[in-house]
Formats: sequence, C-alpha cells, structure tokens
Amino acid sequence: MLRQISIDSLMPYFGVVVLIIVGSFFFPQILSADYLTQQLQIAAFLGLLATGATIVILLGHIDLSVPWILTGAAILSTALVGSGNPVLNVLAVPAALAFGACIGVVNGIGVAILRIPSMVWTLAVNSMLLGVAVLNTGGFNPKGESSTLMVTMASGDVLGLPISFLIWIAISIALALFLVRTPFGRYLRSIGFNEKATFLSGVSTPSVVFAAFAIAGMCSALGGVMLAGYANQAYQSMGDPFLLPTIAAVVIGGTSILGGRGGLFGTIGGALFITLLTSILSVMQIDDAWRNIIFGVIILAMLLFQTLRKGATV
Amino acid sequence: MFDTKPPLLEMQGISMHFGPTKALDSVDFTCEPGEVHAVLGENGAGKSTLMKLIAGVLQPNHGVLRVDGKEVSLGSPKAALRLGLVCMFQELSLVPDLTVRENLLLGAPGAGLGWLNSEGLSKAQEVLNRIGGENIKMAARVADLTLPQRQQVEIAKAIMKKPRLLILDEATSALNASVVEKVFELVREERDAGTAVLFISHRFHEIEALADRVSIFRNGQRVATFMNGEHDYGEIIDLMVGQKIEELFPQKMPVLNDAEVVLEVLNFSWDTQVKDVSLSVRRGQIVGLGGLDGQGQAAFLMGLFGLLRKTDGMTSIAGTRIEIASPKAAKHQNVALAFIPEDRKTEGLILDQSIQENLELAALGRSDLDAGDAALYASSLEQLALKHGGFGLPVSSLSGGNQQKVVLSKWLALKPRCLLLADPTRGIDVKTKTQIYAILRQLADQGTAIVLLSTDYEELIQLCDETHVFFDGAVVASLSGDELTPQNIIAATLNMSAQVEADRA
Amino acid sequence: MLNYMRSNRREVIAGFVLVTLLATYLGTHPRGASTYVMTIWANQCLILGLAACAQFFAVVVRGIDLSVGAVMALTNCIASYLLDGSALGIAFGMVAVVAAGAFCGLVNGLIIVFGRIQPIVVTLATASIFVGLALLLRPTPGGAVNYDLADAMTLDLLGIPTALILTTIAVVGFWLPFRRTGLGLGLYALGSSEQAAFQSGIDTRFIRLAAFTLAGLFGGLAGLFYSFVTTTGDAGIAAGFTLNSIAAVVLGGVLLRGGVGTLVGALAGAFILKTIASLMFFSGIPSLAQPLFEGLILAAAIAIGSADILRARNKLEVFG
Repeated sequence: MLRQISIDSLMPYFGVVVLIIVGSFFFPQILSADYLTQQLQIAAFLGLLATGATIVILLGHIDLSVPWILTGAAILSTALVGSGNPVLNVLAVPAALAFGACIGVVNGIGVAILRIPSMVWTLAVNSMLLGVAVLNTGGFNPKGESSTLMVTMASGDVLGLPISFLIWIAISIALALFLVRTPFGRYLRSIGFNEKATFLSGVSTPSVVFAAFAIAGMCSALGGVMLAGYANQAYQSMGDPFLLPTIAAVVIGGTSILGGRGGLFGTIGGALFITLLTSILSVMQIDDAWRNIIFGVIILAMLLFQTLRKGATV
Repeated sequence: MFDTKPPLLEMQGISMHFGPTKALDSVDFTCEPGEVHAVLGENGAGKSTLMKLIAGVLQPNHGVLRVDGKEVSLGSPKAALRLGLVCMFQELSLVPDLTVRENLLLGAPGAGLGWLNSEGLSKAQEVLNRIGGENIKMAARVADLTLPQRQQVEIAKAIMKKPRLLILDEATSALNASVVEKVFELVREERDAGTAVLFISHRFHEIEALADRVSIFRNGQRVATFMNGEHDYGEIIDLMVGQKIEELFPQKMPVLNDAEVVLEVLNFSWDTQVKDVSLSVRRGQIVGLGGLDGQGQAAFLMGLFGLLRKTDGMTSIAGTRIEIASPKAAKHQNVALAFIPEDRKTEGLILDQSIQENLELAALGRSDLDAGDAALYASSLEQLALKHGGFGLPVSSLSGGNQQKVVLSKWLALKPRCLLLADPTRGIDVKTKTQIYAILRQLADQGTAIVLLSTDYEELIQLCDETHVFFDGAVVASLSGDELTPQNIIAATLNMSAQVEADRA
Repeated sequence: MLNYMRSNRREVIAGFVLVTLLATYLGTHPRGASTYVMTIWANQCLILGLAACAQFFAVVVRGIDLSVGAVMALTNCIASYLLDGSALGIAFGMVAVVAAGAFCGLVNGLIIVFGRIQPIVVTLATASIFVGLALLLRPTPGGAVNYDLADAMTLDLLGIPTALILTTIAVVGFWLPFRRTGLGLGLYALGSSEQAAFQSGIDTRFIRLAAFTLAGLFGGLAGLFYSFVTTTGDAGIAAGFTLNSIAAVVLGGVLLRGGVGTLVGALAGAFILKTIASLMFFSGIPSLAQPLFEGLILAAAIAIGSADILRARNKLEVFG
C-alpha cells in the first residue's frame, strides 16, 4: 500500500488542501465541519465509481458502461423495494450488486474473448443497458423507492462521519490490500503493461479480465444503489454526468490511462478533489459555462504538472 | 595515401549515458568515403548507440560530430537523412500497415508533406530485383511479408535514398547465404562509387568477406581499429570480450540410454506448419531443433507449451499422457514445463516492471511455491552473474544479455522437468552466451530435459546431444554423436538428402 | 477489382451493409424513395459523418478525440451568431466557424504533443472547456442562420440531396488527393508504427499536430452543417455526437489501434448508424424498444467484426 503513495498520487490531496484554503478565503463557511462532511458524503458516490474504474484502467482498459450499470442498479433496487414484498426488499442491494457483476462479466467476455477494444465494447453494452431500461420503464422515471438500508448507506452517519464515506474507504482499503497481497493484483498490473508476456508466464489472463470488470461493475452498481438512496429514487440517465468525472478522478490520482501504473490511494484523492472543486464552483455561484471551463483547465493543469515534473527528472 | 580532405564523418569525444549506465564513453570515430568499416563488439558495447547517434535517433550528451569537416547537430533522423546519412536499422523501420510501395515513398529523397513523387521507385525495384526480392509485390502490405523479405525492402529503401554514408545494422541477419552474397555485391558497388559503409554483423565470416577496416568496441569505448585481416578470429574475440575464452562450450556428458524419458511427443501436427513430428527427450539430454526460420520448429515448441489450438498427436511427460491447453497448465507442478520465448522484450519480460516483479511472475501461480522467496532465484542468478543496480529497478534498465538472464531465472525458479528454449542466445554477447551454455549443461546434468531451438549451428553441434532438423514442418534429419557435423546440419537444413535421393530415383 | 476488394475488405463490407440498410429503409418508408425522404436522411447522416471524419483523424494516429461533440457544440454556437446578415459577412462567418474548429483541434494537438499527455485525457479536459465556451455564447439554445443558405445546403440539387453532393466532394475533392500526399501517408505511418515513422525521417510531432488539427477542422465542419440543419445554436449537443462518432469509425472499419481505415469507411460507418436509427423509426418496432434494438445491432455488428479472432489457431495472435 505504501509503495503506491507516489508524488503523483499525492497531487490531488495537495490540490484539495489548496482548494480549501483558497476557497475559505472567499467563503469562510467552507471550513465548517458540516460543509466538509457533506463533501465526504458526496465524494463517496464518485469515489466508488472511480474505485472500480481504477481497477479496469490498471488493466489497460476502460469501462464506459458505468453510467447505465449505475442507473440499472438504481432502477433494479428501487423497483424491488417498491414492490412492497419484504423478501425482495432485503434482496434489493445484493441483487443490484449481482447485476453489476453480471454486466461486468459481459464486458469482460467482449474484451478478453472477442478481443474488442474495451472503449467500443463497453460503449455498446452501455447502449444496450439504456435500451433495456427504456423498454422497462417506458422512458419515464421508474416507480419505486429506496429501502431504509439504502437511505442509511447514502445519508446516515457514524461518529460524525458519513456512512457513505466509510463504505467507500472500507472498500478502497479492502481492494487495495487485495491488489497488494494476492497474485491477482500483480497480474492486473502485468496485463496492463504487457498482456502477452503475462499470458506466456502461465497466467490465465481472461479470468483476470473477467474479475476486474466484474469488480468494476459491482462498484458502479453500489454507487447506483447509494445514489438512489441519496435521492430516494432512481431516475433516467442519473449516471451520465458521472462518466467523465470518474475517468478524471482516476487520472488525476496518478493512474496511467495506458495501464499498469497507479493505484487506489491516488484515486481517493482524485475523487475528493473533483467533488470539492465542483462544489466550491457552485458555492461561488459561478455559472455553468465558467464551471465547465475552470474544471477543464484545472484538470489539464494538474496533468501537465505531472508530466512536466517527470520530464525534469528523466 | 595523402588524403588531405576531411573524413566524411568524424566523431570526437562522444559520450552518451542513459541514467547511470554509460553507453558510450568519449569515443573518437571516423568514417572515410569509399570504405566498408565494420563495427564489432558484444551486445551493450555501444555499437547500436553509436549508429543511433549517426542516424539522428539519439543525441549525444557530450562530443562533436562533423560531416565533411563541418560541425553538425543531428536532432532527428530527418536531419541525418538530409546530410546523406542513411541507416538500415536492426529494428526494422518499415511501417507494418502500409504497402511496400508506400513505405518506399515514405522516406524517398525529397518526400515532404505534399504530393508524393514516385521517381525513386524504379531504382528501388531495381535494387529489389538484384537482391532476390523480385517476388515482393509493391502492393503487398509489409505486415504480410516474411522477415527476410522485409529486410530486402529495408535495403532497397536505404539504397534508393542515395546515401553518402550507409549504415547496415544487422541488415542481413535473416537472409540466406545466396541473398547475402547479392547484397554484398551491391554494397561493394556502392562503396566503389564512393559511399562510406558502416557494417555491423554478428556473423564473423560476413565481416571477413566485406569489411575494409574493422573497429572493435567494448564497454562503450573503441578499443581497436585495424585493417581487415590483421587479426584472426581468436584475437578479435579476445579484443571484444577483453579476456581469453578458451572454451565457449562446456563438456558434453554421456547420456545413458536407459535414462528416464521425460518428454515424449508422437505424431505432433498442427495446421500446415507442423507435420507429424515425433521425438523424445531423456533426463539429462539437450535436444536441439534446427532448420531455417519458419520451418515449423518454433510452432512445435509453442504447441508443446499449450499455445496452439487444434493440435494432433500425443504428448507424455514422464510416461503419463497429458493434454496441455495453456501456459498455465504447462507450468503446473504435475507437468512442470518451462518456455523461454524468442522475443524477450515483448514475450519474455514486462519491461516496465521491476526485476523482482518479473522474476516472480511465473512462480506466482504455483501453489507449491512461495514466489516471494528470494532463495528460488538466488542460485541461478548467481551462476548467471546477473549485473544489476537493484531488484527494484525496471528490467528495461538491463542490457539484452542480462534481460535474458532474468527470463531464465524466472523459469528456473519453477524447477522445470523440461525446459523449452526458443533461440535464447539470439543477439546476445559472447560472455552471456557461455554463461547460458554452462547453466544449461549443468541443469541437464542435474536431470532436466532440455529442448533448444537454435539458429546457430555451433550450438546445435557443441551443446546438443541430439539435433532434429526441420524442413517444411517435418523433421528431415535426426543427428547425434558423430553425425553432428556442420555439413550434415546444413545439408538437412536445405533438405538436400531428400533432393539427392530424388535425383537418384 | 478482386484485389481491391480484398485489401479494402472492411470498407467493402461497410458499404455493402449500408446499401442493404438503405434499400430496406427506402422500401419500408411510407413515402418511398422520394427526394424529401432522401434529403432528411442524408442530412442526418452527414452531420454524424463529418463528426466521424473528425474522429477518424484522431484514431488513425492511434489517438482518440473525446472533444468532437464539444467542438461541434462550440462551432454550432459560433455559427448561430455569424451566419446571418450580408453575403460577405456570412462567407466570412463560415470560414471563421471552420477555423474555430481547427483552432480547437490545434489546441488539443499542442497539449498532446508538447505536454506529452494521452489524447483521451487531454480531449476529455478540453471538451469541458469547449462546452463551457459554447455555454458562454449560448446559455440557452437560440440564434439564427440565414434561411436561404441553410436551405441551399440542406435541400437538394436537381433531385440529389445536397448533403450527398457535399459527401462526394469531401471524398473526391479532399480525401482521394489527400491520401496521395506525404501528410496523408504520414498519418498512417505514425498510427501504424511511431518508431518506424520516426526512423524513416518523418516529423512525428508535426504529423500528430496536423492530425488533431484536421480532427478539429472536421468537427467545425460538422458543427457548421449541424447549424444549417437546425438553424439555431445549442451548447448541449456534445455528449451524443462524441460517443456516436467513435461507434461510427469502428463500424466503418477504422481500427482503434491506429494506422488502418479510411475516411470513406468512417463516413460509411456514420451513415450505417444513422440509417439504422431511421429504419427503426419507421419499422413498426414499438418506440420504447428502439433504443434496445439500436444497442443490440451496434453490439452485434462489433462482435461479428471480431469473430475472426475465435478462429485464430495460435493463441499468441490475439494479442496483436
């Protein structure tokens, strides 16, 4: 775990500190505990998605099916709860996770067996999921509601810390340990660097790809369940605004989009940074246009800083 | 000679380092028009770096380059080409997805971003015809050509640029003897017309045949320059390695005929590329696979390691029949095969990962081994004398020979019953070669069965107890003992015995 | 001819699929193959077609451009200010719109080449900036485009949809000659093997810069044509076009690994996608099921295109 803490992965944390300091200069309320814990709560949704995305990006692939796995999981879980049946109510969250894992495996089959570029295949899977959702819900916001469990996961708190944040960090730590302690983690990075050599070293590379996409699918599904808990409902296209920030969070956290290099520690920072940036921009009541521009410029600046720093040492 | 003209190319005090490793250390080097200047040295001696500097691919850290006495800086291959410095690279510079014609146009003299001119093409075609490449279609995609064909195109591409200085870096490594002779004739003509030629080759007899002058590099320095013929083979090897090598190959040990058969293959066939191959390897035996490139021997090895689908035939390990479906199955302790692939950079190693991580990658999947245990790798690393700056450094920081040592150690950690090697010494320096020979012989003596694919006759003769020569997918000769002679191997390689018998009939 | 078909297998298949789909579409359309139907169809196809051309230039050099839709949105909003008034002003406006697109591409290229950052990440960030700029110009959809000009560009000429004529001009007037220049060849060389291209004396930085600038330029053309079709400026159009442009180039036989594919293929892919969508509309499939069918067809097309790999007899081949 410690090895993952490179300067790149510390960058977003540094950025978070700068944002808070600079932001508090204009808006002192940013320093309040309420505001900051609220940010942790919201960051958890993006963070869970980015955790899954990190696994896939380490593998050297990308998962563009995040939006509709998220939405699908939210629709599925709220529909099960909304049925009023107590058994289905209990099954809502596990069913949503199982759904995410299944779609992850479908992604994995296309990528590992059919060898379709993940960028294309997961995009196709995304549009099929969209199709299924539209067919089922009639294009309207789906009926249903969130269970108490879902609401608690999204909005509850323990010892002053949001439960959603604790879930996110617990999952990140568990996965980070999994990556460091098991061969799976090693295989993941090896495939990210050179899949052929990994296969020739006697590794069943397709299984690793399946597992990675399944984990990512479950992370997206969990994010969907918690977002549904947060909003107390599921709605069409609720996942769409999350796709690009998810990738941005991973990349800002120092994970190479080419695979192999990086880790979950940086992703946590990346998700915190992006959430805080978005929030501060809206607190400052900057309009949508400038928010987009500042968002893009800051991401570019951080990436340029990363590569320029490397350029100086090589 | 009272030549007062400045040399075509003069390098003075050139140094080049990559991080801590010095590839070139204040080297002086000159090249005269109208001579073939051979550059010799072990891998990692700095030859390739020198060529890349001249070709503008790399820029030196220190030192001066002069062309016709004028100081120049070569910032890119384009700048070098403009001065007439043309390099035919070891790693081919052809674009795989483009056609032969397009590749030739790409670097044609005067080619810019505007309209392509096809003036040079006829010259290129003429060159191709002369060096036995008349069957190469201009409309063929380079990716569909064989390696020798690609080298022929590469040569044509270099010549059509009308070079003043032509660098041939292992330019003929995949070509057979008759084509090589045609290429040499062409090179001599270019030389006689005033072109300077820099020639790098591992084949000593090629140097002998072509070079006017010879320079020898060792550890990033030029240690000697002399006229061809002044020193014999032994002396040159001594200069290259820096010490006497009395014995390249270890002593063969007699293999007992009743030793246990470790690997037995019966009637192995695949696609049209491998035809009905049967062979067996006993404990302690090194079995060689010979033949020209692409005669099925490489596919045969891949098939044994579970890399091919729909193979026919029977494979047994230690008397038990098994089906090996994947590398994962092949490395399982019940089978215990290991495979050293041909291309260590893309198949054997993960260059961006550390030496440690590369060493552990094969052992990780074995339930009976603890991949983190340094003792697994210690003995082979020590015997191979791996030179490194720390196990945490990326394996790409090692020289080619040392990289191959990592590949070997990675697999030897699994204590394989049978070791399959695809040309493990290709492009590797003499010293590392002897170390690899020694460890292979020692492994054999300890009971490992070894299958060694090689393109080097000496290895097939001196190292192997038995050698099977492939031709067109089938084994055409199995030689052992006194039959293992260069004449027999070469004859079998070209399938001459069959020819002779056919003529008799 | 047979040789041509073999070496351009992907384009030939894409063309064949397109013709079949189009025939089915015109056959099932309640109004048949009228100029009116053809014109609407061709306009929709050309918008995505130009976006796919933009994506093509990024993909052929082994990149990807996630800002295609954003460039379209920005240029569309610019067009909604400039394409009205005097003839001279409009002419200048059209040039300015396309130049703005090319400039966006140039910015992408400069950051990619000199910042040494992966194209996918760079264009992800710049897309956000371009959309922001578009929103500055048009917080809500609005503006106007000269109707005469819009009609001239989007109706028909002697019964032939103008969009098809423009497509032909793009192919015959631009692509075919372009393919015979050093720049055109350089794009493929760079995408196929950067090392080989560099060693052949090609200025790889310039070529990459040019590729992304061309991507921006075609993004600008797509935005311009979109303006003619809708005659308003809308900053919210980015998302759909970016992802569809990727799908289109893949359907058109352009390999994401770079170096393989043609502009014609990219256009064909876009036309196929749009024809499927139009076909759905009149097919009698319940409208709610249409997105699913579109998704299924897209997935099936991609999966079938990759089925070759299952026949590989050497397992190492699949790693490419």
